[in-house]
Amino acid sequence: MNMIRSVVWSAALALLVTGVAAGQEPPAPQPTPNATPTPAPAAPAPAGSTGGASQTSNYFNPSVSVIGNFLAVGGQNAVENLPSASLRESELGLQAVVDPYARADFFISFGEHNVSVEEGYLTFTSLPGDLLVKVGRMRVSFGKVNTMHLHVMPWPDEPLPVVNLLGGEEGWVGTGASVAKLLPLPGDIFSELTLQVFGDEPDGPFVATKRSAVAYNGHYRVFADLSDSTNLDLGLSYGLGPNGTNPDAKTALGAVDATLRWKPLVKGNYRSAIVRGEYFRSRREQSGGTVSAGGWFLSGEYQLAKRWWVGVRGEAAQRADNAAVKDTGTAATLTFWPSEFSQLRAELRQRRYGGPNSVSAAAYTANEVLLQLQFAIGAHGAHPF
Amino acid sequence: MKTTKTLAAAVLLVGLAIPAQAKLRVVTSLQDLASIAEAVGGDRVETVALARGYQDPHFVDAKPSFILKLSRADLLIVAGLELEIGYLPPLIDQSRNEKIHPGNAGYLDASTGCDILQKPTQVVTRAMGDVHPYGNPHYWTDPENGRVIARAVAAKLTELDPVGAAVYQANLAAFQARLTSKEREWDAKMAPFAGTKVVTFHESWPNFAKRFKLEIVGTVEPKPGIPPSPTHTLEIINLIANDKVAVILVEPYFDRKTPDYIAGKTGAAVVTFYPSVGGIPEIKDYFDVFDRNVDAFVNAMKGKVGR
Repeated sequence: MNMIRSVVWSAALALLVTGVAAGQEPPAPQPTPNATPTPAPAAPAPAGSTGGASQTSNYFNPSVSVIGNFLAVGGQNAVENLPSASLRESELGLQAVVDPYARADFFISFGEHNVSVEEGYLTFTSLPGDLLVKVGRMRVSFGKVNTMHLHVMPWPDEPLPVVNLLGGEEGWVGTGASVAKLLPLPGDIFSELTLQVFGDEPDGPFVATKRSAVAYNGHYRVFADLSDSTNLDLGLSYGLGPNGTNPDAKTALGAVDATLRWKPLVKGNYRSAIVRGEYFRSRREQSGGTVSAGGWFLSGEYQLAKRWWVGVRGEAAQRADNAAVKDTGTAATLTFWPSEFSQLRAELRQRRYGGPNSVSAAAYTANEVLLQLQFAIGAHGAHPF
Repeated sequence: MKTTKTLAAAVLLVGLAIPAQAKLRVVTSLQDLASIAEAVGGDRVETVALARGYQDPHFVDAKPSFILKLSRADLLIVAGLELEIGYLPPLIDQSRNEKIHPGNAGYLDASTGCDILQKPTQVVTRAMGDVHPYGNPHYWTDPENGRVIARAVAAKLTELDPVGAAVYQANLAAFQARLTSKEREWDAKMAPFAGTKVVTFHESWPNFAKRFKLEIVGTVEPKPGIPPSPTHTLEIINLIANDKVAVILVEPYFDRKTPDYIAGKTGAAVVTFYPSVGGIPEIKDYFDVFDRNVDAFVNAMKGKVGR
């Protein structure tokens, strides 16, 4: 294991060094949902004027965006007891090209009372060999939903397999390095292999008790256009790392994800549909033996009009540390977009928590309504895909 | 041994010969840009456009299949002015192709040197809708801007492929000659309608209107990118009645419901105006865009002049 680890780290470092030495061009972020940097439209500084200096420095400022995520919750849920109203997240995005070799992307997530770096990484995008390397803190390419920021999800909440098997609502975020290689298949089919290695984390699915314990992730993605209007996105993921229950205990995670999109190009502004689903499998070594747990969600979203979407979701997941307990849920959503930059969403959700859970020894059912208002200011991000 | 040497020589020759004959791979955001690049590049280039001519160029999905096309591109031609901001930057970032990053030799912003209208003269905010802070990005709807683009493409192709310089110059000359003669034809057809007031769905046509001396007095969208509202629709109905507007120009990718409703109330004709090559299969190249729209406009105006 140690050997594999050192090999992966050396490979990542070697790639980085090659990239820098090769003198590649300004690169950029991976498919982060909101990653579109544009230098602010600063006017060229008048030559020789003293005001010129400050204008020039403004020119190189990163593009800035802030996305607010307000959530109001009604109904009863003693297991996941969300506050009645919260500014759940204020995400500050700072993005710019660093130098001719790299670009940087920061997404700072402010809760009402705490701050965390959701992502902050450097990307080398023009490396030889069709490689893309990211170093820093990032959402791990495990499945599809785990890579999404909260504001681009089609629901106001994370599905149960993420909550139960990926260490909680935040999902799996890691600090380390990521190498992605394009492996085109015949017939213009996109395929990409991503290998990632991450150091110890205080929380999430992988918790290390020592510096030498690292987590790995591998992700293989295939994307094919079935027609001008329909495309299919498939992914396989495998993660392995320490879980912190004892010094050598490991968790292995597997995932299959599939997304089918339909958007007739002529009237695509008014009508489209997405069906997506993921299946997670977790094998967790802990005192008393290995727990093997699974979970899935299946979701469909349909666009009724330019600004209106409806959606349904089914979900189920066992607990990573106790497969005897299984939670299930169903939800329906209605979303209205006043413009590209704001969004109102209502979700009716029923979650059935298996027993024992945090409130009772028996099963517990919660019926809730979640009302979400999201709004973005600043630099225009790429449309989520 | 001799066979091996012969083989090696053959492989070497083939290896050398292929790049010499390989076509320059040009990826464009719009089919219009691909059409111009094809006209100028001729046999020396192969072009592929990301967006289809019948889709809204503001809302193109950042599909991973585009990454493959970009990864192999020698040249990327964009409309610029942030028209592609919703999908292209992350695709370029993931293309692993340093040539096509903005600022490098394989990146051409077609808006450079073109007549760009509606550049904001005051601070812009999103209260104005989907405004483009660098000006209106639908500038290729003026054929003279097409000429500027063709010249820029010829210069860029010559820079990337100096061996083809003469071919590019000849193709450019042919394109320009045809454009000049076509412009005379379009101008002649449109001349009787100089000063005609029109309503458009979206702000896609200021360059076309300027070129052919039409006056755009209103848009069906209350603000760029904001769908029609009942109040604004009423305002447009009144405007059309007061200003005696004869036609409403609608891009193929917008819903005809509101324009048709307005037409029903006012007697104005709804005309589908195609902003791009590929809007319908008959619009095969850049010239067809104007042929089609000019004829559609002239037909719609028949019997409406002097209303």
